[in-house]
Formats: sequence, C-alpha cells, structure tokens
Amino acid sequence: MSDSDVLVEIKDLWIEGRSDETWNPIINGASMTLKRGEVLGLIGESGAGKSTLGLAAMGFTRDGVRISSGDVKFDGIDLVNASAAVKRELLGKRIAYVAQSAAASFNPAHKLIDQHTEAPVQHGVSSRSDSQADGIELYDRLRLPNPDEIGFRYPHQVSGGQLQRAMTAMAMACRPDLIIFDEPTTALDVTTQIEVLASIRDIVEQFDTAAIYITHDLAVVAQMADRIKVLLKGDEVEESDTRSMLLNPQEEYTKSLWAVRSFQRDQKPVAATDATPVISVKNVTAAYGKVPVLYDVSFDIHAGRTVAVVGESGSGKSTTARCITGLLPPLKGHIEFNGETLPLDYRKRNKMQLRQAQMIYQMADTALNPRKKIGEIIGRPVEFYMGLTGAKKRERVRALLDEIELEPDQFIDRLPSELSGGQKQRVGIARALAAEPQFIICDEVTSALDQLVAEGILKLLAKLQDELDLAYMFITHDLATVKSIADEVVVMKDGRVVEAGPKEEMFQPPHHAYTDLLLSSVPEMDPDWLTNLLSERGVENIGDAAVDKM
Amino acid sequence: MTLIVVSLVIFIAVNALPGDFAQAVLGQGATDEAVAAIRKDLGLDQPYFYRYFTWLGGMLTGDLGVSFAQMNFASNMGGTQLKGVLEQIAPRFMNTMFLAGVTAAIAVPFAVILGVLAALYRNSVFDRATNITTLTSISSPEFFLAYILILFLAVLNPVFPSLSNIFEGMGFGERLEKTMLPALTLTLVVTAHMMRMTRAAIINLLASPYIEMARLKGISPMRVIVVHALPNALAPIINVIALNLAYLITGVVVVEVVFVYPGIGQLFVDSVKIRDIPVVQACCLIFAAAYILLNLTADVLSILSNPRLRHPK
Repeated sequence: MSDSDVLVEIKDLWIEGRSDETWNPIINGASMTLKRGEVLGLIGESGAGKSTLGLAAMGFTRDGVRISSGDVKFDGIDLVNASAAVKRELLGKRIAYVAQSAAASFNPAHKLIDQHTEAPVQHGVSSRSDSQADGIELYDRLRLPNPDEIGFRYPHQVSGGQLQRAMTAMAMACRPDLIIFDEPTTALDVTTQIEVLASIRDIVEQFDTAAIYITHDLAVVAQMADRIKVLLKGDEVEESDTRSMLLNPQEEYTKSLWAVRSFQRDQKPVAATDATPVISVKNVTAAYGKVPVLYDVSFDIHAGRTVAVVGESGSGKSTTARCITGLLPPLKGHIEFNGETLPLDYRKRNKMQLRQAQMIYQMADTALNPRKKIGEIIGRPVEFYMGLTGAKKRERVRALLDEIELEPDQFIDRLPSELSGGQKQRVGIARALAAEPQFIICDEVTSALDQLVAEGILKLLAKLQDELDLAYMFITHDLATVKSIADEVVVMKDGRVVEAGPKEEMFQPPHHAYTDLLLSSVPEMDPDWLTNLLSERGVENIGDAAVDKM
Repeated sequence: MTLIVVSLVIFIAVNALPGDFAQAVLGQGATDEAVAAIRKDLGLDQPYFYRYFTWLGGMLTGDLGVSFAQMNFASNMGGTQLKGVLEQIAPRFMNTMFLAGVTAAIAVPFAVILGVLAALYRNSVFDRATNITTLTSISSPEFFLAYILILFLAVLNPVFPSLSNIFEGMGFGERLEKTMLPALTLTLVVTAHMMRMTRAAIINLLASPYIEMARLKGISPMRVIVVHALPNALAPIINVIALNLAYLITGVVVVEVVFVYPGIGQLFVDSVKIRDIPVVQACCLIFAAAYILLNLTADVLSILSNPRLRHPK
C-alpha cells in the first residue's frame, strides 16, 4: 500500500464534551485509516461516540465539543490545526456529509436543487446551470421518481426516503473524495431503507468514493462496509474486515451485539376461539378531519396474549390505538371490551373503562413530566384510579418499582432527567401498570432504545404478561421485535389490515404480497444479502416500489 | 368586526371620562344653565346608546362628525364653514404617517442588519456593545433621547433643525430634513426590540440540523446566517416589526411635543384635554385600525415567508 492511497488518517484521537462546566471524554484515543474508495462501517450503541468520530474525520466538532489531542489528517492536510477557512475549502467540496434525518437537514426555505447547487457554486467547482444539470442526472442515477422535476420541490413536498437519496445526491455534487454517512437509513421504514441502501451503495461504487458509514444496525453495516469498527463508550473495541468480523468476532462486547437478536419467548398455546376477547376492534373506519386513515379495521386481542400490529409509517397503526383509547372516535364501527361495547369518545367512558386500557409511548423522554419525581409520576394513577393515598400509595408505588426491576429507595425521588432511556421506559410501564389494567397498548416502545436495552424491556413485558395475564397490543415496524414477542400478528398497509393470524403462520409462506415485501426487506447479517435480494427482485422493482409510495 | 367591538370600547371609555366639553370650555365658574345649553347644542344631553349609534352610523358612511371645538368657535364667529373631523385629522395623520415611514425606512433595515451581525459575531465584543447600546436607548425616556439628539445634532453641530414644524406645501427634501431628528429619536427607541428579536430568532435556529448541514457544506458563516437561517426566522421578526410600526403611529406623542411636530398624537392629547369627543373617538379608531391592519399584514407576510404554507403538498 503506497502512502498516497491513504485518504484519512486518524491517530490517537481524544475528544471531550462539556457538560455542567466540566469536560468529559467522548472518544478515548481512537485511530483509523481509510484508503481511497474504501467504505468503513462505524458501529456502536447510542452514546458510543460514532457521530462525534465521524464528524471529527471532517475536522468538525459540534458546539461544546473539542478535540483535546491527537491527529486527523485528510489527504495529508492536518485538520486539527487547520484554520476555519482551510476547512471550509475542503468541506462540501472534498468531504461531504449525509445526515441521519434528511427531513431536518434540508433547509425548509429553499428548493432541493438550490441546496444541491449551493456547494458547487460557492466552491467555484461548476456553474449553477452545469451543477443543476448534474443534479438532475444524479437524481436519475439514484432512481428518484421524476428526476427532471423533483429538485424543484421544497423538502416538505418530498417523502423521507426520497429526501435521503436527494441528500446523497447533494453530497455527491462536488464529487468528493470522502462522504460521511451518519445513520442515513435509521429513520426510514424497512422497505424504503432497502431502496436507499441500494442507491447509496451503487453511487459510492460508481464514483469510487471513500465513505465512513455510521450505524447501530449490524445487518445494515454488513451490506455496506468493507471493514467494520466497533465502538463502545468512546473506546475502540475491535476492527476487521466485514466478513471475518461477522463470522468470527473476537471481543465479548461484539459477540453480545451479535447475540441480541436471539431473545425468543416461549410459545403459548393457541387461545380458545370461543373465549371473549379482552379487546375487540370491530370494523373501525376513521379519519382525521376529511382525510380517511383507517378502513374497516377488525381484530381481537385475548387475555394474556400479545398482538403485534406491523406496518410502515402512515399505515394507520397508531391511529388504531387512538381509536381504541377513544382519543379519536371512529366514524364507523366500535370497540368492545370483554364483550361490552365502549363509548367511542374517551370523555364518555367511565373511570373503570378508562382504567382497563393503558398506553406506553415510544418516546419515554417526552411522555414523562420532566418536573415530577418518579414517585409522583407513578403515584398519580395509583391515586386517581385506585383511590390510594398517603402510606398506602407510597407502598403501592414501591411495589410497582420492584415490579419493573428498579430499586425503590434509589429511584422514587429522582427526576426523569436523571434516568437512562431504558429506565425511563420502565417508569412508563410502571405508570401503565399502576392502573391495574387488563390491556396495554405499547406504541413502538423499543424503537428509540439500543438493542441491548430494548431486549431488557421486552423481557420485562413478557414477565409482566405471564404474572398478570395482560393483553398487549404491540405497535412496531421492527419485525425482529415481532418475532421475539408476538403471539399474533396484524399487518397493516394504507389503513387496511392486509393479513392477520398467529405468528407461526405469518412467518411461514405463503404470505400476502405485502407481508412478503416487508419480511424480505429486513436486513440480514449476511453481507451478500442485499446483492442477492436486489438480483432476486430486479432493480426495476425497487424503483417501482418508490413510485408506489408517492 | 373587531373594529365594531373596538368602537364600543372606545365610546364607553371616552364617555367614562369625568367632566365633558361644556364644563371644560366654560370653566369652574359656569352657571348650570350655560352648561346645559351647550350640552343641548352638541347633543350631549341625548342618551348614551342613541349617541353611540348615531356616531357608529355616521362612521360607517365616512362621516366622523364635527369637532366640538370647531362648532363652538364657529358659532362665536357667526357661521363660518365647519370643518369635519375627518378634514381636521387627515393632514395630521398624513404627517404622522410620514414620520413613521421615515423612521421605519431607517430603523427596520438598521435593526435587521444589526441583528444579523450580532448573531454572526455572537458573544463577541461587537455583540455585547450592540446589546448594551440598544438596551440603553430603549430604557431611556424618549424626551431625554430627543434632547440629547438636539444637543448634538442641532445645537453643537447644526446638522438638522431642532424644530420640525412642517406644514402643507413644503417640499419633500425640506420636509425630510425637518423630520430627521424626530425620526432618529424614534429609531433609537424601536431598534432595540427589533434587533434583539432578529438576533434571538436567528440564534435559535443555529442548532438546527440544516444549519449544521450548511456548515458542513463549507458555506461561509455570513452566508449560513443570511441564506440559511434568516429566511426561516422571518415570521417572528415580521411580527415584532409590525408591533413597532404600530407603536410609531400611535405612541409618539412625547416626541411630537418635543419637536413641535404637527402629528396626530398632539391633536389627540389636546382633544382629550378639552373633552372634544368626536376627535378623540376618531383618533382612537384610527389607532385601532392601524394596529389591526399592521398585524394583519404581518400575519399575511409570515404565511408568505413559510414555504410549507405557500406550497402545500
């Protein structure tokens, strides 16, 4: 390997972040080299320092973050000590960045093509009209629908998956030597994710661009990267080429990442068909204002069982939950609870009816009142529904904290901000349990959590179900979660139930065509999976799927 | 609709003022008969609701009535042609609009540019100095600012005239020169608010992912702020500008008095003093209308500045 092959060289890099007036380490002595045209995968849980390291490779640190020591060299240029003007000259022109949320990272005030041409024009790489023509060609290569016209729309007029591809096109605008992809598909549905992954991989290969691909999803990184580097809390765990890493991980931590997907709860006997279901959704049709969202949705949930409701964003999963809880009264159809019809509007339900159906939310961060202590958050429903006060209430709260495996003495007087994401979600569960419900709606409860933490939550939910004979409606878009926890599966698309049945049947062919698409879109650990899948489906098919989504 | 409600509030408030025109004109020693006679002349003896609806009806047909002072004067001099309130207010109002316009033309660009620069060099010496200066100027009483400007720009260095007694038929250039000092005083008063809002609205956006994206594209800091942050910060800025323009029309009495500027504010205060109800009511209505109109314009502009609302899906 000759020296000029090395594009990025990071040596013993230490990065610190400031919180509460003290500097805390984020990256502890990371080193890496990246050759021209090579794709390096950076993997780790949230807080591992992946994004910080990725941005440092561009010579960029966010506000309140600083490089305390170490070297970052890009093509021989020392980025740690370079002046802002020197770095500005490189950024956008030779190093580009693709952010996690394209929807937030495109400026809402300008058209896509104007944002696309900005870097080339500002850096003097090409004229506006040349760059615009090039942009349209890139849109075409990335298989965006209507490439001639899509650039002249504003970001809010384009779907998430398309925006992510437009952002990749924008990163390509100056034909950079290096692109940093920071979780580019994390916010996307599985079916959209494939399209974006395929587009990114193709274009990186076509232009022989080097890339750093940051993700927490092993299966995704296996498709994209030549080499993988694993980070844990700012420390480098191990690094090797993709195939040997997958076949033969060396470190314990890496092995544990691999093992996460193994949680599988025991099979339960099929429910007696004549039993009265706890919750029965009957022919529900609903709309937001004049926009119809649900069409004739029906399914049952029996005591002690978990029904997973799966589908892409916008398929009506959460809306169904809103209909069950009465937040959105359906236009047609009704909800039965233990065989008795519930009033459609929650305001007309009595306390008993309200108590029986509880909800756990996706973002525990925002679902817990930040100014209340944990004891108060859980104590509120204890008092409201069960009428307990004083010492009895405190006792019950402690029992609930025990139940969710948080030490009562330690947690009862803390504020939500002093808890980790997984602990907050446990408090959310305790709050739901406080009402002693028979039925709990779990709305994407593990989506915002890292895999190890998510597994803990799933295990806790399974344990509680066994103890209390709870019925769960488990809303998720993650089929791995479905595999591990569900008894029955309901697949939704565009507000309709396309397929429903016991889990074993759902994961065995034959499927409904859409279920099949969903299932086959879940990335697998095999590095050849994407290649094989694309050749199986045919590239045209993927473009069509994108058009379908319009 | 809002104006009707406002007109009712104005009417009640004006009539709740202690004393009336008759007492004000005739003074302490007036006999009850004389007061009653003038009241009858002016229609002040009619019941409240009758007076309100006559006034409202007149207003809807563009007739704001006749000033009590004018009427009284006319009857003394024996039947001179009466000037309506409208004719009396119109030139004053135009003067006020002219002053507001000149001030806005100076203050708005000045405040926005200062705000952008303060956001660009945030936490620098420049930023702090701007903040302190503008805050000082908004915290000082208006007359004090006015006298300081007179001292420096009219007395020590006679650049502008200290009296702004403009009149009809004056050339635009001369008018502008005479208006300069009051306009500068008002600029000092309104700049702080607009400048601070511009700065805050922009800085608020600097943590957004799209600003980070623009920086990572190697865009210069100035361009990041002007092209990427400012367009998204327009809505709150426009609202603050509208609020300050409304203030320029309705709240400049002190400055008008200091510079002897014949604006609507002076007329308003004089009329309140002698309980000249038709003029007071008309002024109030104009102020209210100005507020409503400016806020409406601000709302429309805010919508226009938001591409989500301009280009629905």
